Amino acid sequence: MKSSVPTPGTRPWFPLEKRPACCEPTPIIEVEQLSLHYGQKPAFHDVTLSINKGCITALVGPSGCGKTSFLTSLNRLTDLIPGCRLSGRIRLDGLDVLAPHTDVIRLRRRVGMIFQKPNPFPLSIKKNLEFPLREHGIKDREQIGTCIETVLRDVGLWEEVKDRLNSPALALSGGQQQRLCMARALVLSPDVLLMDEPCSALDPLSSGIVEDLLVGLRNRYTVLIVTHNLAQARRIADYAALLWIQNGAGQLIEAGTAKQIFEEPRESLTAAYVSGMRG
Amino acid sequence: MAEPVGRNHMPREWFAAVLVWSAAALVTVTFCWLLGDILWHGLSQISWTFLTAPPRNAGREGGIGPIIVSTALILGVCLGVSLPIGVGTAVLLAEFTTDDSLFGRLTRRSLDMLSGVPSIVFGLFGNAFFCKTLGLGFSILSGGLTLACMVLPILIRSTEEGFRAVPADYRLSAAALGLSRTTTLVHLLLPAAVPGLLVGLMLGVGRAIAETAALIFTSGYVDRMPESLLDSGRALSIHIFDLSMNVPGGDANAYASALVLVALLLAINGTASWLAEHWLHRRIVTI
Amino acid sequence: MIAGAIVLLIVVFLVMEALPALRHVGIARFFTDPSWHPAEGLYDLTPMLWGTLFAMVGSVLIATPLGILSAVFCRYYAPPAVARTYRKLIELLAGIPSVVYGFWGLVVLVPLIGAIHPPGPSLLAGVAILTIMILPTIALMADSSLTNVPQQYVRGAAALGLSRWATIRGVVFPAAKSGLFTGVILETGRAIGETMAILMVCGNVVQTPHSLFDPIRTLTANIALEMAYAVGDHRAALFVSGLVLMAMIAALVGAADWISRGRIYG
Repeated sequence: MKSSVPTPGTRPWFPLEKRPACCEPTPIIEVEQLSLHYGQKPAFHDVTLSINKGCITALVGPSGCGKTSFLTSLNRLTDLIPGCRLSGRIRLDGLDVLAPHTDVIRLRRRVGMIFQKPNPFPLSIKKNLEFPLREHGIKDREQIGTCIETVLRDVGLWEEVKDRLNSPALALSGGQQQRLCMARALVLSPDVLLMDEPCSALDPLSSGIVEDLLVGLRNRYTVLIVTHNLAQARRIADYAALLWIQNGAGQLIEAGTAKQIFEEPRESLTAAYVSGMRG
Repeated sequence: MAEPVGRNHMPREWFAAVLVWSAAALVTVTFCWLLGDILWHGLSQISWTFLTAPPRNAGREGGIGPIIVSTALILGVCLGVSLPIGVGTAVLLAEFTTDDSLFGRLTRRSLDMLSGVPSIVFGLFGNAFFCKTLGLGFSILSGGLTLACMVLPILIRSTEEGFRAVPADYRLSAAALGLSRTTTLVHLLLPAAVPGLLVGLMLGVGRAIAETAALIFTSGYVDRMPESLLDSGRALSIHIFDLSMNVPGGDANAYASALVLVALLLAINGTASWLAEHWLHRRIVTI
Repeated sequence: MIAGAIVLLIVVFLVMEALPALRHVGIARFFTDPSWHPAEGLYDLTPMLWGTLFAMVGSVLIATPLGILSAVFCRYYAPPAVARTYRKLIELLAGIPSVVYGFWGLVVLVPLIGAIHPPGPSLLAGVAILTIMILPTIALMADSSLTNVPQQYVRGAAALGLSRWATIRGVVFPAAKSGLFTGVILETGRAIGETMAILMVCGNVVQTPHSLFDPIRTLTANIALEMAYAVGDHRAALFVSGLVLMAMIAALVGAADWISRGRIYG
């Protein structure tokens, strides 16, 4: 019998501004000694980290140290890459993510992802949001309409697109597309949001808008954001972790509260990185 | 408002998988049946004598020697005419027009239209123009020229792609060294575009050999060894047609001829694919 | 330039040769005469027009889903080794000449159909052979369109927890739409223009088909059969049917162009 991610069946779904604030330092994702190999090459090695519920955790470090790989292993998107091997343990709210019998589809509904380059589907704006809803069981027209409007308001797109919901999503600007992708991830009401450098492919103006949105997400969703931008991490993160390449694979150097990492780092490498002297 | 609890996607996934695998299975079975049939019936007839002896008894016995010669001659004429014209046009398109000039677009459009014309219409045209108007009658020459018209679009397209694949740096370096345009063309670009040319050539040859309808009214039916280009000659494809439709009891040899034709085409298309993948680093569709 | 000249030349010659018939017989009679009987001066093209249309529609209707599903199989369902072999098989088949397909149809399919419902040569045989002929190219073009769908769409869909078929249906197909469409249109043109295979399996009786098992004659087969001995008006009439063929293909390409231009941002 296939076990699946426990569905919190009666949990109410609130639009962003009405969500109860919660930044309890209780872990929702626990990673133990996770290692990833692409064929023979290790991407990262022996990472142990806890992600706390309702908080924004920033994953920082120079390029190539396995941050994106780490992110994609949390929702098992690494399954799509041939030759990819994960070892270790990941627990989402008690569920063993890496177990072979875990229903990956339900997992990915609970853990949403936003990519570096905006990738809305080649469909209309409305279809982009409606399609995932329908696929996951919501059929009622009115309900879909309300969800779509709410989530578009949450990302600040409603006023801009409410008159052209049936126009192609690809006609939107880069910043709008990325916000649409965020709306698309939010529409499934995930527990955790994984973000892979969501602002790096955007111009400064759009980047600012998306960042404001991220701040609005704080305390409403659990967010794990990979970012190159230390200033951004400083601005929005509650917790932070530093990855660095050592011995040919990414290693977790230090993890803790944002205040700790940016102002009182324990490791010298961390200190050097956050002060801009290295990486 | 309830949270999306997820619907059971398993039945639909399962149904889709069954659909897709059945389609693939159906296609595979049909084609294996076809190929197997030809192999089974044709292999027993093939021998060196078969490939070189002339047909006897309206083709029921004997071999396909003269037919292979005729086919080769028709092919020769076709390529001899289409190569220079094709390469010339390709050079024109690639070097002297940009991607969206009106002339370039018109040419490309006409090439597309040309490749959509049915082969029988080419046959009609070949008959009217080469056989009657130019007075060549049913001959290898007419057949070859008609085929040249058919093969031209493929050749031009492929050669042009070969030219365009030459990196801009080559031209810039040549210009910086003060080489004239012609010199650059002949010594630098032409050799670099040879892979594209060869691929187009192979594709064109493949198409030409497979042609029947265009040849029926242009190169004729005669199955003797041709003496000159103005003689009528029978191509391999026409021979298969004749044996199966007009000659009762000709099936055995028809199978064998079909096998020879298919083997030939396989070799040609296979070479074209291999060339394209290794020299042009691109996959092509052999139509 | 040369290509354009050749197309023009072809049309001009067709028209020139067709003129006598057009002048003596008049274009209307090609569609209103009681039957096709050149010996008696009757030149009705409609039964053969129907033959061509039915054969084309039947084969395209069957080959398109099979071809597209084959491509989906290769890209998304088959294990890599199986996919490679399957693709090689399809490429092989795309290169087989029509005469060989026709020959096989004649010696294998036609007797089979004849055993179920005489006579053997029929519209059904024509549709079957045409389907087999156009399927590989549709599959190959579909495969290439599917390959060109950007990976980011597929990853985005996976991240949303969309199942494989949902991703293919909802994201990949819309993205590959124009390529798939082009492939189908190209092959429909080929189905209209196919001569040899149809000639060999369809029976060549000039009649409007009323059932799948009726023998038919298409425009193309008609030209091939009668050209050898046609003279005068008869010969010119055959050229007229050649022009009709060109017109059909031009209409097809035009319609495709118009549809795709309208739909390209849909």
